[in-house]
Amino acid sequence: MTDVRAFLRDYGGPPVRLMEVCGTHTAQIARCGIPGMLSPAIRLISGPGCPVCVTVTAYLDRLVALCMEPDTTVLTFGDLMRVRGSRRSLNDAKAAGGRVRMLYSPMDALKLARENPGRLYVFAAVGFETTAPVYAMLLERAESEGIGNLKLLTSLKTMPPVIEWICTNQGGVDGFLAPGHVSVITGSRIFKPLSDRFGLPFVVAGFEGEQILAAVYALVRLRGKKKVLNLYRSVVTERGNETAQQAVRRYFEPCGAAWRGMGIIPGSGMILRPEYARFDAGSAGLDEDRGFDARCLCAKVLTGAIAPTSCPMFGCECTPRTPRGACMISQEGSCYNYFVNGRGPQ
Amino acid sequence: MKITMAHGSGGKSTSDLIEEVFRRSFTDPVLAELDDSAVLPGAEKIAVTTDSFVVKPLFFPGGDIGRLCVCGTVNDLLMSGARPRYLTCGFILEEGAETGDLERIAASMAETAREAGVRIVAGDTKVVEGAGGVLINTAGVGFVPPGISAGPANCRDGDAVLVSGFLGEHHAAILSGRMGIENEIRSDCAPLGGMVGAMLEDGVRLHAMRDVTRGGLATVLGEFASASRCRIELDEAALPVSEQVRGFCGLLGLDPLYMGNEGKMTAVVAAEDAEKALSCMRSHRYGENAAIVGRVVGRDGPGVCMRTRLGGLRVVGPLYGEGLPRIC
Amino acid sequence: MCVALSGKVVSVNGRRATVAFSGNLVEAEAGLVRVKPGDRVLVHAGCILQVLSEDEGRELEELYRELEEVL
Repeated sequence: MTDVRAFLRDYGGPPVRLMEVCGTHTAQIARCGIPGMLSPAIRLISGPGCPVCVTVTAYLDRLVALCMEPDTTVLTFGDLMRVRGSRRSLNDAKAAGGRVRMLYSPMDALKLARENPGRLYVFAAVGFETTAPVYAMLLERAESEGIGNLKLLTSLKTMPPVIEWICTNQGGVDGFLAPGHVSVITGSRIFKPLSDRFGLPFVVAGFEGEQILAAVYALVRLRGKKKVLNLYRSVVTERGNETAQQAVRRYFEPCGAAWRGMGIIPGSGMILRPEYARFDAGSAGLDEDRGFDARCLCAKVLTGAIAPTSCPMFGCECTPRTPRGACMISQEGSCYNYFVNGRGPQ
Repeated sequence: MKITMAHGSGGKSTSDLIEEVFRRSFTDPVLAELDDSAVLPGAEKIAVTTDSFVVKPLFFPGGDIGRLCVCGTVNDLLMSGARPRYLTCGFILEEGAETGDLERIAASMAETAREAGVRIVAGDTKVVEGAGGVLINTAGVGFVPPGISAGPANCRDGDAVLVSGFLGEHHAAILSGRMGIENEIRSDCAPLGGMVGAMLEDGVRLHAMRDVTRGGLATVLGEFASASRCRIELDEAALPVSEQVRGFCGLLGLDPLYMGNEGKMTAVVAAEDAEKALSCMRSHRYGENAAIVGRVVGRDGPGVCMRTRLGGLRVVGPLYGEGLPRIC
Repeated sequence: MCVALSGKVVSVNGRRATVAFSGNLVEAEAGLVRVKPGDRVLVHAGCILQVLSEDEGRELEELYRELEEVL
């Protein structure tokens, strides 16, 4: 059996730069202490894999405004509560009397909406292809139950366009650790056109430390080759979950979306179809990104142009306790993970 | 600056709040040590401590606010090397609170006090406007036998780090209720009297100890590492975590290292006494799953790090924020 | 960005299923994939995304062996 760990530790070949584009991978790599197990010739770069981090301030500002409106409650996943818009975060708004509730699942919103018909509930629908089907399920239920007081403010994004953006505008990546759970829904085949066009390997990886190591090993060995390899076969197939894909297509259509650090990338987002406009809390046109600190370099970190540790504020003015940007706030943010786990080559 | 929930998490926000707001006015040198109890000179050394309990719901699997408010204060005294003797309790009742609940709470306090061998000797009650909540403050007094000198600054190179059982049980039990996740996790709320005594009687050289409460083991060890200016290296595979708590943490994206207990302690002992200390903990009623989880390594600056199951090394920093479950 | 966990289906109730994660029972939406009691499933944000295939039990060694053939 190949001694993968020894290979990775002792690798002395040409330098390889690999990018992970899934915030959960970023967190796991840090938690397992993987960078320290790799030869200095293998660099792992974090990309735009944290949906909270890439969400622009206009979206947060709208959520904050909504939660301050009478008879309106904003429902959200935990991480989003701490990220600031151009001025305040949902947590700040909550402390000032705004109505915000954290939910584990969007489906929990149905019960709330049913039981409080006089309140408007707006779910902060952030996420990638993994989460879009969950919102589709939510809408399906809301439709069938005739629930009229539940809406979504969407900031849904998709992976292939942003990977394309990075390859076209940035480069410097020799292979991609493909997002495992996005692939459950989309199938591994969505990476094939990218792999072919840019001549890069894509390896779909699971989330256990061993699985990530295996994927890094495969990417190093596949350097320079156009290949899509699925190493998460227990849940990922080539075609993905087609029922889920259909559910998403029913309610959502592609649109241009604004990504921090990259501007508007055409076709990289999803928005409610016109026939479902009644479920939309005003998601269109939330494109402006006005960071509250002009010195914040999250935009460069998100594209992998610089490592978090290269930002002059990292660890000084910018820490999880006193964050200056989203990448330090979100628990899947690159800066946060580099800081709290001491990620970085040892 | 408005107070947010993060200020109550036991992590960095809490310590910053104390540092920035309270420290200026409360300048007593003993208080400045920020230890679990204040150990004061007297005919015998007296340990005094206070704590307030605001947990919701009032009754949870494995305990209730009554048991909690006795255990919390008793354990703080024990962790300073004292024999807990007396407790006071002050109730702040919000209008609408149920007397039936108060009866149960009081009975629980009495039973727990009996178990812990302490007497509740003074009390107070106030009622305020509100929504039926119950808040309890307990202050505790104990006496410290001569020769005890455990403290967070006493960790030495080579020392072993132990923890007396499964991590995160209390926090997980409370959160389970709030998030509507059904399981059998129970709060481990318990008085630890006897555990420290057994170790001392057996000749264990106990350098530092503390009960693991909000903020979890990572927070306590971080404080030890900082006070002792040493590095503590944990072994992930050795951390005792029950399967259900592991599953619960996985579900919500939480880390057991930062989840609070209410009936566990961590002890830093001389290397040669590690097995003896472990045996003392394991023989105790509440120490069944005690384990040696790490070592003090004394190099490379203060802080806590962990050898991961995978074999990598990861820094274990302070808790930031509230420890909110994350999804994406 | 997609914290998801695998658990075991305990019971199915129309479009919902009860899934156990090491003893933690959670109600999950089961509209995206057909499930039956005993299935191991991947759950994300309260929704079952996929049923795990038998591949899950495979040893990593086997995976590496396969990798060698491919690389």
